[in-house]
Amino acid sequence: MSSDASKADRIRELMATEGDAVAENTRGFNEGRIESTGRLDDYEELKGDAREIKEDAIGRLPELIDRVKESVEANGGTVYLADDAADANRYIAELTAEERDADRLVKSKSMTSEEIEVNEALEEEGVEVVETDLGEWVLQLADEAPSHIVAPAIHKSREGISELFAERFDLDDPPETAEELTMFARERLGELIEDADVGMTGANFIAADSGTMLLVTSEGNARKTVTATDTHVAVAGVEKLVPTVEDFAPFVELIGRSGTGQDVTSYISTLTPPVGSPVPDFRNDADPLADGSGDDRDFHLVLIDNGRMAMRDDEELKETLYCIRCSACSNACGNFQSVGGHAFGGETYSGGIATGWEAGIEGLDTAAEFNDLCTGCSRCVPACPVEIDIPWINTVVRDRINRGEVDSGQTDWLFEELVPDEEPAGLDLGTRVVGNYETVAKLGSLAAPIANRLADAGPLRALAERVTGIDRRRDLPEFASESLVDWFERRGGAAVPADDAAREAVLYPDTATNYVDVDRGKAAVRALEALGVHVRVPDLPGSGRPPLSQGMISTAKSSAEDAYAGLALHVDAGRDVVVVEPSDLAMFRSEYEKLLPASSFERLADASYDVMEYVFGLLENGGDPGALRAPAEGTGPVASGKRVAYHPHCQARTIGVGEHATAVMERLGYDVRVSETECCGMAGSFGYKTDYYELSMDVGEPLREQFGDTDRTVVASGTSCGEQLDALLGTPPMHPVELVAPRE
Amino acid sequence: MSLADRTTFKRRLDDLGVTVTEGPRSACAELVDEAAGEPAVGVARAAAELPDRVETEPTTADLREAHTGVTAAELGVAAYGSVAIEADRAGTEPVSLFVDRHVVVLREADLVPDMPDAFEWLGPRARDESSDVVFATGPSATADMGGLVHGAHGPKEVHVVLLRDEEADGDAAGESGADGDAAGESGADGDAAGESGADESEATDDE
Repeated sequence: MSSDASKADRIRELMATEGDAVAENTRGFNEGRIESTGRLDDYEELKGDAREIKEDAIGRLPELIDRVKESVEANGGTVYLADDAADANRYIAELTAEERDADRLVKSKSMTSEEIEVNEALEEEGVEVVETDLGEWVLQLADEAPSHIVAPAIHKSREGISELFAERFDLDDPPETAEELTMFARERLGELIEDADVGMTGANFIAADSGTMLLVTSEGNARKTVTATDTHVAVAGVEKLVPTVEDFAPFVELIGRSGTGQDVTSYISTLTPPVGSPVPDFRNDADPLADGSGDDRDFHLVLIDNGRMAMRDDEELKETLYCIRCSACSNACGNFQSVGGHAFGGETYSGGIATGWEAGIEGLDTAAEFNDLCTGCSRCVPACPVEIDIPWINTVVRDRINRGEVDSGQTDWLFEELVPDEEPAGLDLGTRVVGNYETVAKLGSLAAPIANRLADAGPLRALAERVTGIDRRRDLPEFASESLVDWFERRGGAAVPADDAAREAVLYPDTATNYVDVDRGKAAVRALEALGVHVRVPDLPGSGRPPLSQGMISTAKSSAEDAYAGLALHVDAGRDVVVVEPSDLAMFRSEYEKLLPASSFERLADASYDVMEYVFGLLENGGDPGALRAPAEGTGPVASGKRVAYHPHCQARTIGVGEHATAVMERLGYDVRVSETECCGMAGSFGYKTDYYELSMDVGEPLREQFGDTDRTVVASGTSCGEQLDALLGTPPMHPVELVAPRE
Repeated sequence: MSLADRTTFKRRLDDLGVTVTEGPRSACAELVDEAAGEPAVGVARAAAELPDRVETEPTTADLREAHTGVTAAELGVAAYGSVAIEADRAGTEPVSLFVDRHVVVLREADLVPDMPDAFEWLGPRARDESSDVVFATGPSATADMGGLVHGAHGPKEVHVVLLRDEEADGDAAGESGADGDAAGESGADGDAAGESGADESEATDDE
C-alpha cells in the first residue's frame, strides 16, 4: 500500500471542516446511549429478544413476504416487490407521475429511498420532491449527502444553516437561533405538505401478520406526510419484515436508546394502511374535516430486494440484514467520531455496519473505499442492539477485497522471507508486512541492535513509508535483544515449584510481550509467582491477531490452529492460560469462535485470562495483596505516590476485562482515574499507516485532553495504546502489572 | 392500572415537560376547558365530554386556525409516559397533529405498565381492525437546527387530562376491585427503568 495522498488529504479536509460538529454530536449520542440503556433492567435480555426475532424473520423471509402481501392486500393496499433500485423507481414513477399525475411528493426520512435514489428518478419525470425531515431538507437545499444515518445533517453548524437559508430564500434578515430556524422550516414545509399529492415514507419495521408498519420519528413530519396526502407510498427493504405486531416491542425499547440516547422518540407510528383519517383538503378548507375522504386513500408498499436476498444466502453478510439502522455503531466508533459518514461511508450507508450494506448492495469496490476505517477495536459490538459482530463483517469484506486485488506485478520476492502467509501473491505489501508481524518481530529481535538502528534511519523510513505505507512520523517498536521466552529459560524457569503452587499457569508469550515489551512479561511472571502460582513461559506461536486485522483470514485461521495446538496440552493439564496483550486475549475469547471448531474455542476461551483479571481472581480467592507492590513504594518515573491514570484497551472493554485492573489497583490502595475514551486511536497497526496517521492522532485527542496535564502515573494494557499514549503525552505508559508486581 | 403505574406515568410526563391535571370523569369538560387554548378543535368520544368552546365538527379551515386540538388517547404506557392516539374517521390524527397544543384525555383505567403490554394490546387491533396508532411521547422535537427545539412539525406542547373512574374517586384502595391487577403492586415498583433524569430528547428521525 503505497500512500494514497488523496485519501489522507480527504480525511484531513473532513476533519477540519466537519470533524468538530460530528464529534460533538456523536459523542453526545454515545454518552446518551450508555445512560439510557443503563436505565433498563433487562437491557441484555431485550437485545437477545431482538436478535432472536431478526434471526427468525430473516430465516423465513420468503414466507413473510408472501404473508405481508396477503395482509396488505386484505387491508386494501398494494405490495410491489422490486428486484432492484431501477425496478422500484420505475414502479413509483409510474404511479406518481402517470397514474396520479402528481406535481409534488413529500417525503419523510428514509435511508432506503436514498439507497435507490428515488428523488432523482421522480424529478426526471417532472415530480417535485420535498424532504420534510428538517435535517434532510437542509441537505436537499445544500445539495449534500447525509453524514449520519439517523441525524443526517450533524456535520452542519447552526451558522451554516442560517447562511444556507439566507442564500436559498434570498433573506436579508435570516433566522439565526435553533428556535427561529426550526420555526422557519416548520412554516415553509407546512405549506409544501398542505399542497402535496403523494406522501412517501420508509418503514423501520413491518409486521407480516397484519401489514402494520412502524415508523420511528420525532418531528411529526412522517405523520403529516401520511395524513395530508391521499396516496401513501412506503419504501422498505425486505429485511424490515418481522412476523407479528407483538415483535415490535423490544425494538421500540431499544432503537432510540441505542441511537441517540432517547428512551423512546416522540412518535412511534404504527400504521396499518391505508390509514383511516380523513384527508384534510387545504384547498377547499371550508368543508368539514370529517368528510369520509379517508375511505378513498391509496397505499403502496414497495418492498425492495436490491441485493438483500443474495446477502441472505451469504453466510457472512447475512448478519447485516439484522441491522435496525439505529446508528449506535457510528456513534461508538472513534474514527467515525472524527470524520463522520462522508469519509466513513459508501454510496448510502455509513459507520461500521455500512461495510456489510455497501458490499451487499453496491459491491466490494464501494465497500473497499472506506472499509479500512474499521480498526476492529470492537467498541460497537456491545452497543449493537441486535448483537451483530460488526468487526467480523468488516474483516470478511477486507479478506474478500484482498483476494480481489491480486496484482501479480508486485515485487513480492523482496519480502517473501518476511511474509510467509497463506494469502494471494499480489496482496499489497503494507497489508502483508503488518499481517506477518510475528515473523517481522522474530527476525527483528534476532538482529535487534542493527534492526532498531536501521529502523530509525531517515532514508530507510522514507523507503518503508513508500513501500509499506508505515508513516515515518511514528516511532517504530524497538525489538528486545532477548525474548521473554529466552529470559525465562535463562533464569531457570519457574521460581515457584509446581508442588508448592495452588495453581499452575501458562503465561502466553504474545508477540508484543515476547519480542518488544519484555519488561511487562517479566513483571507478569513476578506478580503471579508472588501470589504462589507455578508459571511456565513456553515458546508458542502467535495468536493470528495481526493477519486478522488485515483481513487475512486464512493466515489467521492457520495461526489460530497452531496456537491452539500449542496451548491445548496445557489446558488439558489443568493450567490456566494468562495473557498480557488484550488484543490476543480477545482472539482467544472472541474471534477464535470464527476460526476454530466450537469445542476447541470454548475450551480455550474458558481457560484463558487477562493477566489483571487473573491477579484479581487470585486476590479474591485469598491471595495476599501484601505480596504485590503498594503505592507507598513509589510508582515510577512520572510521579511517585498513589495517583494513577488508566486507559483500558478497547477490546479488553468489549470482552469485559477492562475493569479488573482498576479493581486490583484500588485494592492495593491506588487512586485510579479511568479514561472515558472508547479507543486510543492506534488500534493495532492502524495508526502507523500514513493514510491514517493524522486521523489516529485526532481520535486520541480526547485522551490527551483528559490525561495530558496529569501528574498521575499513566498505565495502559495494550501495546499499541502504549505507543499512542507515548506519542500523545510524551511519556510511555507502563502496563498495570508493571505497577503492581513486586520489584525484581 | 396500579397506583405505581400512575406515579411512574406522571413522573415520566413531568420529565418530558408534559403537564397533567387529574379529576373524576364528570370533571372532564372542566379540566379540558382549563387546559385548552383558543381557538380549540376536538374529537369527542362522548357527549358533554368537551366544553362547548371546543369545535367538535371542525372544517379544515378551523383545524388550520386552531391553537389547541383535543383528543382521547386509547392507552397510556406508564414506563415511558407515552399515549396511544388512534386515527379514525372523525379526524383524531389531524386534530392531534396540526396544532400548537395537544390536550390528551386519558382514563387511568387505560394505563398499562410497559411497552410489551402496549404491543399485546395493539396486536389484535392491528390484525382485526387495521388500527392506525401513534404512540406519542412528549411534544414534537428536533435537534436538526443546532439545538433542541419543540414543535418541529407537530405540537409544541402536550397536556394530559387523566380521568379517574368515578367509583374510585378519592379512594385509591377502591381501585383493586375494578381492576384485578392493582393489588400488591404498589409497593415494589418493578420498573425503575427510565425514571431517572430528564430525557435529552434529541430528535431521531430514522426512516
